[in-house]
This record gives sequence, structure tokens and C-alpha cells, in this order.
Amino acid sequence: MSNSFAVAFIIIGVTFDLLGCLGLIRLPDIYNRLQAATKSVTLGTCAILFGVALEFGIINSGGIKALICILFVMFTSPTAAHALARGSHIRGFKLWEESVVDKLKKDREK
Amino acid sequence: MKKRLAEFIVIFSMWILLTWSVKIQDLFAGLVVAFFVTILTRRLFPDDFLKLLNPRRFLLGAFYIPYLFYYILLANLDVAYRVLNPFLPIRPGIVKVKTSLKNDFAKTILANSITLTPGTLTVEVDGDYFYVHWINVSSDDPEIQRELILGRFERMLRRVFE
Amino acid sequence: MFTFLFFFLIIAAFMCLYRVMVGPTPPDRMVAIDILGIIVVGMCALFAAQTKRDFYLYIAISWSILSFVGTLALVKFLEGRGFDE
Repeated sequence: MSNSFAVAFIIIGVTFDLLGCLGLIRLPDIYNRLQAATKSVTLGTCAILFGVALEFGIINSGGIKALICILFVMFTSPTAAHALARGSHIRGFKLWEESVVDKLKKDREK
Repeated sequence: MKKRLAEFIVIFSMWILLTWSVKIQDLFAGLVVAFFVTILTRRLFPDDFLKLLNPRRFLLGAFYIPYLFYYILLANLDVAYRVLNPFLPIRPGIVKVKTSLKNDFAKTILANSITLTPGTLTVEVDGDYFYVHWINVSSDDPEIQRELILGRFERMLRRVFE
Repeated sequence: MFTFLFFFLIIAAFMCLYRVMVGPTPPDRMVAIDILGIIVVGMCALFAAQTKRDFYLYIAISWSILSFVGTLALVKFLEGRGFDE
């Protein structure tokens, strides 16, 4: 526990992870859950990985691996979220009943 | 051929970074693996990837990353506010916005940026139109919606890729 | 110190498991599984920092890629398409 910057990053990351999972429980439908969970958990995990990289030292075998892992998480998680939202809309899972507009459903029915 | 060479160099440097050793046996194994991966995969990078080798575009692209990080941070504070508020101040809906970018790689980056920024999530891409799920639909006018969702990234990506 | 952080991450993982258990529709469960994968990546990174051994980061990298591929396979099942399209 030498580097206090590293510990600060890790604590911020864990906080965002917790908030994202709270959103996963509280929000009403699948699209809103995807929003909250994807954003917060991606940033949280990236912050944890960056803190770990600082703890190892950046130019180091450990630090480089953590940075490459940040790259993979940042690329893959929005793509997975987009695929999940698209798939569940194609299959016809409804939005929350208090939602305002659904342009996509209107255009599909044309 | 130039593209294949670029793929080979990227894969090989990734191998060196992951193993983090310059012993001769590690380098030889990396050369063999990178060679076979380059042959077996057909299109690892999109066609416009080599455009980034131009120094001006590369600098702008590098500047895009901290810009994106600022908005990701805003997005997370926004989500934290909405989740922790006991009344759940959300007004969700799916809206349709038109992009003026023509380049496929730029569109991919734009869609991923939309997913990571405040309150928006790309659901479907159809030609020039993006269908975006928005957690707080604050306006019904398509022009204002377009400016709020796409405006800040589109200007920058156009300068990088076109 | 790291033990406390592990405790909070495990609480987050149990929230995801709650959503997997209760979630009214199939995509809800898939979202929760995807998020659980990313949280496990964070746990591997913390474990690497605690034990000062960097090979746990190999586990983190491969877990992030495998969870992505698994999510895509589940989405194909959700859309009702075959795996060879």
C-alpha cells in the first residue's frame, strides 16, 4: 500500500461498480438497466485497472498488462451493450410503460 | 500488402508488450504466431485505419481520447444522481437522429461514444440514421435532439476522418 | 485494506446475482451476466495488486474477451438466429 494515488483510483472504481449494480436493481426496464450498468461498471473497472497499473508502476510487466486490459474493456463493453439492446428490441421486449416515444418500433411497423 | 504489414506489426508489438521480454526464444515464438494470425484473419482492421498514420489526423485522434473521458465521467455522475435519487427522475424513450458522417469506421466510433456518454445508448444503426435510447428525453424537436446527442462528437470525428 | 474493497465488490456481484435470479425477462438476466463478467475482471485486478503477482492480469484479459464472446453468443440465441450465419 505504498502509492496513495493508486489506492484513491481503486476506491473510486469500487464505488462506481457498486453504484452501477444498484442501478441494475433499481431501474425499471432492460434498456435503462443497460444504460446504468454498462456506463458505471465500465468506468469503475477501468479505474480499478488504472489504479493497479499505478501500484505496479506503469512501465513494467504488470502495468502494461493492466493498460491493455483497459483497452479491451473499453472496446468490448459498449459493443456488447449495443448488441444486447438491439437483440432484445428485435425480439420485441417492450419499453417501460411510462416511456415517452419509441421511434424504432414505429419505423419497423411501416 | 501494406495493410497486411501494418496488421503484422500491430500483432507482434502486442505480443512483445504482453510477454515483456526480449529473449530470442520469445521473439521467435511471437514472429511465428503473428505470421499465422495475419494469414488466417482476413480483415482485422477497416480500410480507413491507415488514414490514422497521417500525423495531423493522429494528433487529433489522440486528442479525442481525453475529450471522450471527460464526457464518460459526466455520464457516470449523471447515472449516480439518477440512481441515488429516491424518486427516479427518468423519462426514457427511443429517438431517431441523422448523422452526416459517411465513413464506416467513424460511424462505429461515434456509436460507441454515444453508448458511453450521458444518458444515451445506441440501439440500432440503419444507414445514416441512429436509433438512440435516451434516459431523459428533454425535447421533442429533432434538430435539438441531434445537437444534444451527436453534436459534440461529430464535429471532431469529421476532422479526424474526412 | 484490500480486504474491505473485496467485500464491496462481492456485494456488487451479489446484486448482479439477485438480478439473474429475479429478472422478469431473459435479456435482464443476460445483462446481469455480462456485468458480472466485468466485475470479475476488476476482482482479478485487485487480486493481482494484493499479491503483487502479475499473472492474474492474464486471467483478467482473457476473462474480458471470453465474457464478450459469451454475450454475443447469447444475443444470437436471443435474436433467434443460427450460429453459422
